Amino acid sequence: MGISRSPLGDEVTLEGFGMLRSARGGLLVGMVLLSVTVAGCGSRDEEEGRVAPSGKTGKVLIRIRGSDTLVNLVQRLAEEFMKKRSDIWVAVTGGGSGTGIAALINKEVDIADASRAMKSKEIKLAKERGVEPVGVVIALDGLAIIVNESLPIDSLTLEQLGRIYRGEIKRWSEVGGPDMEISLYGRTSASGTFVYFRDKVVKGDYSPRMKGMIGNSHIVEAVKKDKAGIGYVGIGYAVDEKGRVEAALKVLRIAKDASSPAVTPLKVENVKEGLYPLARPLYQFTNGKPKGAILEFIRFELSEEGQKIVTKEGFYPITPDHMKANKKVLGLSE
Amino acid sequence: MMLSRLKEKAIHFLFFLTAFSAVVILAGIFLMLVLNAIRAFEDVGFWDFFGTRWNPSAYGEPSYGIVQMIVSTFMTTLGAMLIAVPLGVGAAAYIAEVASPRVREILKPAIEILAGIPSVVIGFLGIVLVGPLIADVFGLSSGLNALNGSILLAVMALPTIISVSEDAIRAVPTEYKEASYALGASRWTTLVRVTIPAAFQGIAASVVLGVGRAVGETMTVLMATGNATAMPHGFLDSVRTLTATIAIELGEVPYGTAHYYALFAVGAVLFIITLGINLVAEMITAKHRRLTG
Repeated sequence: MGISRSPLGDEVTLEGFGMLRSARGGLLVGMVLLSVTVAGCGSRDEEEGRVAPSGKTGKVLIRIRGSDTLVNLVQRLAEEFMKKRSDIWVAVTGGGSGTGIAALINKEVDIADASRAMKSKEIKLAKERGVEPVGVVIALDGLAIIVNESLPIDSLTLEQLGRIYRGEIKRWSEVGGPDMEISLYGRTSASGTFVYFRDKVVKGDYSPRMKGMIGNSHIVEAVKKDKAGIGYVGIGYAVDEKGRVEAALKVLRIAKDASSPAVTPLKVENVKEGLYPLARPLYQFTNGKPKGAILEFIRFELSEEGQKIVTKEGFYPITPDHMKANKKVLGLSE
Repeated sequence: MMLSRLKEKAIHFLFFLTAFSAVVILAGIFLMLVLNAIRAFEDVGFWDFFGTRWNPSAYGEPSYGIVQMIVSTFMTTLGAMLIAVPLGVGAAAYIAEVASPRVREILKPAIEILAGIPSVVIGFLGIVLVGPLIADVFGLSSGLNALNGSILLAVMALPTIISVSEDAIRAVPTEYKEASYALGASRWTTLVRVTIPAAFQGIAASVVLGVGRAVGETMTVLMATGNATAMPHGFLDSVRTLTATIAIELGEVPYGTAHYYALFAVGAVLFIITLGINLVAEMITAKHRRLTG
């Protein structure tokens, strides 16, 4: 299961690019922020804007960039951390795992958020530039397959899902649903979730009729309104603060194959134990073993309090095995 | 004496430089686009570029066809003009000829404010308002399609069309209208048969400028048209325009790859289209100026 593999494994995925901030924080805010990323690839500008105030007040700055799936969660963690440590300023931007990792390699950020492991190519490039990537797992995600609440379908197999997204299954009636044309929602080629899902599930080319949405929230909003829609988003975007599925949405149960039981990503144990076929770890990478303020921030994320925030944001806390591996990587004693 | 003439010359040169900088920038952009675009054809066959499947991050063999994107761009723009031209010219005629000064004072700033609404906000309206409405009216499951883009682009092109058309209608010499009234024509007849035809060139220029606005618009279509890469078969299909493709993909494409250069080629195509539109607009307005000026 991909869930327990080394963070520096060779998983060929690329995390996404949009940076819709919060499904519940208001789509408009997300969209405006998104425009910053899309229109100008301007996450750097935004970040520079954040460097200035901290420079003035003499705070220690931690720069974080990466995954759209992680951006809300890490922002929340940063806010709570900054409440305790007024001498540290944590600047979080999205832009996608690929962007975050590239920024880490270019020494533009202190931490790269990623919803996938680093590729061997990226690790090689990092080492050439004198960057020694070190990764910790900060949360778990069960990539949620969402449909409109009104759709009378509750589960699919990975194979059916693949055929739907390849465009081989065109109508819901072919998988036991009503006679409606399936309306496909996915991310765009710049997104890592796009590549993760393609390599893990589609195993071919996406149907050209799939709509390319620019972030998790964009998919959530569309599927809420589309009675025949289906989409994939990080679990944190499909549920609210109390872990309930967002109104007008349904999270499907997914079976590994026809003979396996269909499993929901809404139960923590399914994701933790890797029973859910689309369970994946969410990473943070630093250049070398983190020290000082960066180490303190990561320790906060991994603390009980930090993991509570992870749960509150709809994702899942890491397992003791991950914790052990993290501690080893960070050079902390048990 | 000598010194003041030298100063005069220096200032003259300085202003020449500032004026010329626009030309230099334009030439620079064009060169950069073309030089990068040409490199795309090292990896992508010229005719493949004019295929109908765009799939640079394919599971297997990537493809770089852009015809469906050109079709998408033209479709959304055409749809926008079908909506915006009658509305815009009507509004312009009303403001210029019919409205009382007080109504005009309310309308004109309102239209200017409409021009100032950020495209991201219009795109947002496309998702939450226009999309569901289209889905309801046409019995579709989703309203993220070319029609949605057209409606939003029409809204965005309206201010340009209204203000330029209004200027043109206003510039029609009063003698024309007086002559028309003197022949016993009603106000309506005068407006439709005399004033608007006389202002035709200005109105045409406004439409061409509106087209330019619609072709180049990115954020709104990116948000509202669904971005499916398939060749559209009608206004109710999801489309992905040239601009949206660049915006979506340039952010993260690895530098120096075929995909990277292909995006520059898409940009070059877009540049040529908008350049053509602007040249047409320039020609029309120049003729217009000769006729009325």
